[in-house]
Amino acid sequence: MPNQFIEFDRVWLKYNPTADFVIEEITVSIREHEFVAIVGPSGCGKSTFMKLCTGLKPPTQGTVIVDGREVSGPLKITGMAFQAPNLLPWRTTLDNVLLPLEIVEPYKSNFRSKRKEYAERAMKLISTVGLAGWEHKFPWELSGGMQQRASICRALVHEPKLLMLDEPFAALDAFTREELWCVLRDLHAVDPFTVVLVTHDLREATFLADTVYVMSKRPGRILAKRDIELQRPRDIDVTYTEPFSKIVHELREHIGAIRKS
Amino acid sequence: MYQTFVEKHAPSLLVIAFLLLWEMICRGFKIDPFVLPMPTAIFDAMIEYKKPIFDHALQTFWTTMVGFAVAVLVGIVLGCALGSSALVYRACYPLLVGFNSIPKAAFVPILVVWFGIGTTPAIITAFLISFFPIVVNVATGLATLEPELEDVLRALGASRVEILRKVGLPRSMPFFFASLKVAITLAFVGTVVSEISASNAGIGYLMMSASSSLKTALMFAGVIVISVMAMAMYEVFAWLEKRVTGWAHRGQQATT
Repeated sequence: MPNQFIEFDRVWLKYNPTADFVIEEITVSIREHEFVAIVGPSGCGKSTFMKLCTGLKPPTQGTVIVDGREVSGPLKITGMAFQAPNLLPWRTTLDNVLLPLEIVEPYKSNFRSKRKEYAERAMKLISTVGLAGWEHKFPWELSGGMQQRASICRALVHEPKLLMLDEPFAALDAFTREELWCVLRDLHAVDPFTVVLVTHDLREATFLADTVYVMSKRPGRILAKRDIELQRPRDIDVTYTEPFSKIVHELREHIGAIRKS
Repeated sequence: MYQTFVEKHAPSLLVIAFLLLWEMICRGFKIDPFVLPMPTAIFDAMIEYKKPIFDHALQTFWTTMVGFAVAVLVGIVLGCALGSSALVYRACYPLLVGFNSIPKAAFVPILVVWFGIGTTPAIITAFLISFFPIVVNVATGLATLEPELEDVLRALGASRVEILRKVGLPRSMPFFFASLKVAITLAFVGTVVSEISASNAGIGYLMMSASSSLKTALMFAGVIVISVMAMAMYEVFAWLEKRVTGWAHRGQQATT
């Protein structure tokens, strides 16, 4: 049994003292290198869950333990990517990817002297996601899918132990999305890290994750936990098989039940 | 070929046409040069008084530049404070807006009481009139930072200062330069307004004294000199803007 990497122990959260709880009594544990997907109706507190994991928000009640320590501030071991690529338009793709190394230790203090080495490392990542040849282009010269690839590189360049993805593929077309699923699958397979993926897309969750959690509408609770037993490595064709559809269907029923309630 | 010549020189052709029309109307209707002098007469006045015009223009120019420099400095500092803290923004905003809605010319008599007539009230008026757009633009540039981008950086442990330096300030540069173009022209307005009523030097003063000695052509010469200076400075900042924030004007940059 691998180590528990993230542990939520009866976590409650509200944004200010007079407001209602956004998250209610969440208890989950995530193994190191586990790929977790969180699905649920919009506004259910999925993004809040991410903020709790990364230490951007402290819980109102309960404890969050990440990597053996109780979370009390930004963790610095996380990489994040969102629905919008959020690249800096005045930086080239390469410089955008290098940004975290200018901020996070131990890279920050020797960034100037080791810039070349770091640039090589960033380039390797950039080629892995299929952006080689585009590293000196500016974000507006890239398509939406390419920008999102760059955004994922930026989230991974400092080799974070934890990757947080908040609907990263939601704004892309279906084909690009499936391509990027595979990119993410391969990155995770080659050099494992723990992933928390927040998504609306049940096929995406089923294809990528080891475990899918279904959240209720606000206040968010964990309603169901579903292990995805599909064999790895998974080919995109698996999404058209009977067992895959069964899992998606099962998850869909959970969501359907929430929407009716 | 002909088409491109007209297209290329359309702005200067229009100016020449305008001056020609002006000259013709003055001559044709025999308009009293005291009321509206001909362009050629204005040009003559410029030549005749080139020494005093140059001296007064220089005075106005550096007065404006000092006021403007202070406005840029104060604008950046205040803009940063307003843009990075929602509390400071909410607290200061009504006061700033209220202050900005006062016509700055109304300050001149007060400034005269405090500092006497001369360069000081002109510098202060130039500053007062031009710092507001800079503050608002810098603050807007900083305050509209995408919250997700801020999260990305905060999750890495970036401090407020780091976020400001790496993302906030570069991101607000286009806003900043846009405001400089507005502010520099306003600064000239401030200087001249103050010089007209409270100075013994500068283009504003030159025009007042030309007016009292009924030298209309000299007054027009003053107007032209001041507008040329303001336009030149506007172009300087427009050029700087393109140099520094080219990334924000992607339309003009062909993808290579």
